[in-house]
Amino acid sequence: MYQYNDFDRDFLAERNAQFRAQVERRIDGSLTEDEFKPLRLMNGLYLQLHAYMLRVAIPYGTLNAGQMDVLADVADKWDKGYGHFTTRQNIQYNWPKLRDVPDMLDALGEVGMHAIQTSGNTIRNVTADHFAGAAKDEVADPRPTAELLRQWSTDHPEFQFLPRKFKLAVTGSKNDRAVIKAHDIGIRLLTRDGVEGYEIIVGGGLGRTPMIGKVLREFLPKADLLPYCEAIVSVYNLLGRRDNKYKARIKITVHENGIETIRDLVEERFALLKPQFGGVDQEMLKGIEAQFALPEFTTGSVAAFKDAYHNDPVFRSWADTNLTAHKNDEYSIVSISIKKHGQTPGDATSAQMREMAAIAREFAHNELRISHEQNVILPHVHKSHLPAIHARLKAADLATANIGKISDIIACPGMDYCALATARSIPVAQQIATRFDELKLEHEIGDLKIKISGCINACGHHHVGHIGILGLDRAGVENYQITLGGDHTETAAVGERAGPGFAYDEIVPAIERLIGAYLEHRENDAERFIDAYRRLGLAPFKAALYPEAKANAA
Amino acid sequence: MSKPFTPKVVTANALLEGDVVYLTADDRWSRLLSEAEVIEDAAHGDLRVLHGSSQADVVVGVYLIDVALEDGVPQPTHFREEFRTRGPSNYNHGKQAELV
Repeated sequence: MYQYNDFDRDFLAERNAQFRAQVERRIDGSLTEDEFKPLRLMNGLYLQLHAYMLRVAIPYGTLNAGQMDVLADVADKWDKGYGHFTTRQNIQYNWPKLRDVPDMLDALGEVGMHAIQTSGNTIRNVTADHFAGAAKDEVADPRPTAELLRQWSTDHPEFQFLPRKFKLAVTGSKNDRAVIKAHDIGIRLLTRDGVEGYEIIVGGGLGRTPMIGKVLREFLPKADLLPYCEAIVSVYNLLGRRDNKYKARIKITVHENGIETIRDLVEERFALLKPQFGGVDQEMLKGIEAQFALPEFTTGSVAAFKDAYHNDPVFRSWADTNLTAHKNDEYSIVSISIKKHGQTPGDATSAQMREMAAIAREFAHNELRISHEQNVILPHVHKSHLPAIHARLKAADLATANIGKISDIIACPGMDYCALATARSIPVAQQIATRFDELKLEHEIGDLKIKISGCINACGHHHVGHIGILGLDRAGVENYQITLGGDHTETAAVGERAGPGFAYDEIVPAIERLIGAYLEHRENDAERFIDAYRRLGLAPFKAALYPEAKANAA
Repeated sequence: MSKPFTPKVVTANALLEGDVVYLTADDRWSRLLSEAEVIEDAAHGDLRVLHGSSQADVVVGVYLIDVALEDGVPQPTHFREEFRTRGPSNYNHGKQAELV
């Protein structure tokens, strides 16, 4: 993975020193809150309901064991001993004190981590497929591209005051695990006639006006990436609306101007910018690519794995659910669920972080990933190590076999933490997971994506959940709307609203009725919820959600 | 006829710790809603917000919340403010842990 050079280290140290001075000036009264707020946001520091929150980037979700250890140290030393992994491959600390934040940033800087541009109207943390470099279905590793974009966008002088925040995601596989169609720019690596390049998608986004991204360029030669992205962002920077916060994202710019107009403007700008890049970016990319060389895979007997698989039903259940095919047949990708039934989705204690780091160091080539689905990944595991890893995870309360199932819920922090939230998300996720675990129905139900947001900004991706739940404030009470049929993959779709919302104590029973209808109507147990929904449409699910409406009509 | 005035309390977050605070009648910032000054008229409320906002070296984000009086003690009327008196629901952190 990418190692910071002297330039990176100096830049980060200087930036942290600047922020330290800014914090001091805020505390001694030289800066007002209005002056300080944009500065703290640029450095990832929010003020939420109960405390400050520091959002630290984990660029494209990749980190090594040493970095994970430092995330744990920061949680212990300056927070409450845990961290919350987010849908944009960041980690959030919910309880820092203002005076401590510069020290936290320095500690993170020691291992090449930062909180720069994790907030504000800038280009945010560049996200990527969490199976990058390991997935069997991958054309190319998206991370060198993501790292190039990170370097280009960090402190880019032209893009520090965009009309609104701007999010990039990169995938190297046709099977999209990075939700690229719900990003301002989505990038997919591909090869055409043996030539490497990118498909460029623009104008996707969730929030109050969900939009699926549109293809801006079907094939962009690899060498044109930075000037082309710079052209997109600079066109948006001029054209994007600054008069209305709710219409300021590029999805609205694309929607209002039309994709053809945007394409023409981008191409025009690109023609001007292209000569200015002069190939230095491609030389840098080559250097970055070398740093992302795959680890030296070991080879050996996988008998231990096969034995455990046949003899231990708990291991088998975990292996069936939490493992994904690796490009090396002797290897597996391990998804560690940090969503034990009843726990907060995405939270890990410092002890769990250290144990995951230790496992990565001992068995998994020192590498970890954070997924946008708020789990932790060991991307490269020789199958012979799987039984030992499973035992270690079990001891650390990390062996829940629920990846991709009903309790593998994405949930934003909601009104338990977030100042923007209109309702809670976390307890709803906890209760759904607990309920279906009690019913012992999780594996019977099979693959299902439930995604919960505590406000219309949709950090919990509810629009693209097979079942989406949106928490709102209706006349001073929490109320939850259900959407159905959303899809976060390469066949991305925005879910359809099922009908009136449910009160806090009605939402879990409503989900239970919905699942009951699915189990009743599915053709067989291979037909997933989303497939059944596509075949049957809204009607049978609506009838289950609103039985009283059916009774009234009868 | 104008709407009857709902009793109010001035709230903010502490600058250094970030936690929720309430303005008291004797001009302190208390962690306890029960110690807050209950404001009974709009003009006085505006003055108290101004007074609170002038203390930028102590607090951030000063605003008024609606309260209802129960045995003379202010209680939040909106669930968001109720959560702010307590802390998150997923862990015993924040005021619910610190103020017992």
